[in-house]
Amino acid sequence: MELVISITIGVLTGSGLWLILRPRTFQVIIGLSLLSYAVNLFIFGMGRLRVGKAPILDSIVPPYLAGYADPLPQALVLTAIVISFAMTALFLVVLLAARGLSGSDHVDGVERGS
Amino acid sequence: MTWADHLVIAPIVIPLLAGGSMLMFEGRRREVIASINVLATLAQLAVAIALLVGSLQESPAQVVKVYLLGDWPAEFGIVLVADQLAALMLVLTALLACAALLYSLAYWHRAGSYFHPLFQFLLMGLNGAFLTGDLFNLFVFFEVLLAASYGLALHGSGRARVRASLHYIVVNLAASSLFLIGVSAIYGTAGTLNMAELGQRIPELNASERGLFEIGAAILGIAFLVKAAAWPLGFWLPPLYAAASAPVGAVFAVLTKVGVYIILRLGSITPDAGGGGLFFAEGWLFVIGIATISFAAIAMLASQDMGHLAGYSVLVSSGTLLATIGLGGPEMTSSALFYLVTSTLTIATFFLLIEIVERGRTPADDVLAVTLEVYGAEDEEDPETAEEAGIAVPAILGVLGVAFLACGLMLAGLPPLAGFVAKFAILDSLLDRHWLTVGGTVSVQGWLLLLVILVSGLTTIIAVARAGIRTFWAFPDRELPRVAAVELGALGLLLFLCVALTVQAGPVMKFMQQTAIGLEAGRAYIGAVKAQSPVTPPQTGKAP
Repeated sequence: MELVISITIGVLTGSGLWLILRPRTFQVIIGLSLLSYAVNLFIFGMGRLRVGKAPILDSIVPPYLAGYADPLPQALVLTAIVISFAMTALFLVVLLAARGLSGSDHVDGVERGS
Repeated sequence: MTWADHLVIAPIVIPLLAGGSMLMFEGRRREVIASINVLATLAQLAVAIALLVGSLQESPAQVVKVYLLGDWPAEFGIVLVADQLAALMLVLTALLACAALLYSLAYWHRAGSYFHPLFQFLLMGLNGAFLTGDLFNLFVFFEVLLAASYGLALHGSGRARVRASLHYIVVNLAASSLFLIGVSAIYGTAGTLNMAELGQRIPELNASERGLFEIGAAILGIAFLVKAAAWPLGFWLPPLYAAASAPVGAVFAVLTKVGVYIILRLGSITPDAGGGGLFFAEGWLFVIGIATISFAAIAMLASQDMGHLAGYSVLVSSGTLLATIGLGGPEMTSSALFYLVTSTLTIATFFLLIEIVERGRTPADDVLAVTLEVYGAEDEEDPETAEEAGIAVPAILGVLGVAFLACGLMLAGLPPLAGFVAKFAILDSLLDRHWLTVGGTVSVQGWLLLLVILVSGLTTIIAVARAGIRTFWAFPDRELPRVAAVELGALGLLLFLCVALTVQAGPVMKFMQQTAIGLEAGRAYIGAVKAQSPVTPPQTGKAP
């Protein structure tokens, strides 16, 4: 599972970076979204990957760390998801405003050569 | 717990409540909203000054105020920490906010719907970033201040603003991703995000964890350098600051200092690792600082308008701070802190001033209009020129000229104003400590910094003088700028602060030294956070 997760993070980061460096605003916003997915998975992975373990204490499982998943990264991921979602929405608005004002979807607002 | 203990959280709660309550008016009743904003900003100034006065204690245990949110012990819960450095930054932010708000009341707060709430949310993010005691909440407050700053940067709209903001948002979203990667790598190895706890655990890490930890710390460091607009990560800054409306530019002068503040703070919890702490390998912070100053000093000479000039002076200030902090040691840190305060105030004054000065210029005045086009500067008229508040006074140009001269002197670090005192303090501590290193060999770093600071002062004065001549001397028949009384009041407040800093340089410098020594020890901060016990001790119960 570690391999699958790390390959996923790598592919998402690579694609995200490539798209961020592209000249169209739509490509940039998709790139930023992919990058934030990769980051969220990375935060999750930093709490160590455990299968079938709950992050909340219950009465059946004995109260030792080995029986549980780390709850903190899950809380961090939730916060990070909310923030990145909000920022993507905000960026989308600015993107549309830039498109409306400049008539171009280039990140600089002008087409090359014009 | 007395009321005074709750003061620590007030700089976050006041703007949150004020900003939230303003949103209920939905943009109507502008005078009510404006007065809420003024009251909230003044209240924050009062709280910040109270915290600063409270931190002027002799015993280190009282200097650091720790506030446990939710009354959990520091290891498990969220803490806010107000020490001298945090209190200093709070006062600086509140002063800038007062001046910018006063200035905006003349015209700018009417240029868009949500200036006042965004202004308060920006202050909330700034105050929170200065007060927070753990890395993840630092991220959250960073995002709060960034989200508000995106809105403020767009305030007034227009093509140049939207384009610069677009770049700003992309760069900062990418930097936020780096921030999260760094934070989670640190959590994955050290098992904590509390800064004080982190300072204790770093020495206990084993070799394999240490590697990943340092990678995480380095990635986090890059994120802070983006915020501090260090070369080569700061190209987004000058166009954004040049395009932003004047009061927004003035408040933004403190944004880059947040990155510098965090570098200082995190450096202080790992005091054994030299300047910049664990987050930068030996000497790198210094190199980046020197590169930033050099780039910005050259760019200042090349800038075609005053907005970009002011933008690059922000970079010079960031670079000087990074290089000075990079050398390490309490003497350097204390002079860097003094420089931080004076340069932030100066740059804010400059942003306000150039907007007034540029007002009187008609598009035909721009002899450099053609080159401006090439550089992609704003090519449409600003909407605000049509309906200016205030009246045209003939003597106004003289007043503005004097203010401009004062700004130029402060920026370049020439006598007699506080800019000179700040640069002199840096050079003096350089001469004391880095002129000759142990063993009698000449310290290359010390000489290099000395040279770069002096040369950057020279290019600053050339660039500012050229801009001043072009504005104040070249067009005798130009239209006089119309200035409202509150705008002059805001300028006067900032200039008064600069003069006060010059006159009271001794006591202020003493405070900075005390702050720097407190930071250098680092243990006082860690000790205070660890020692703070909850008001009601946790119940000891059996786990289910």
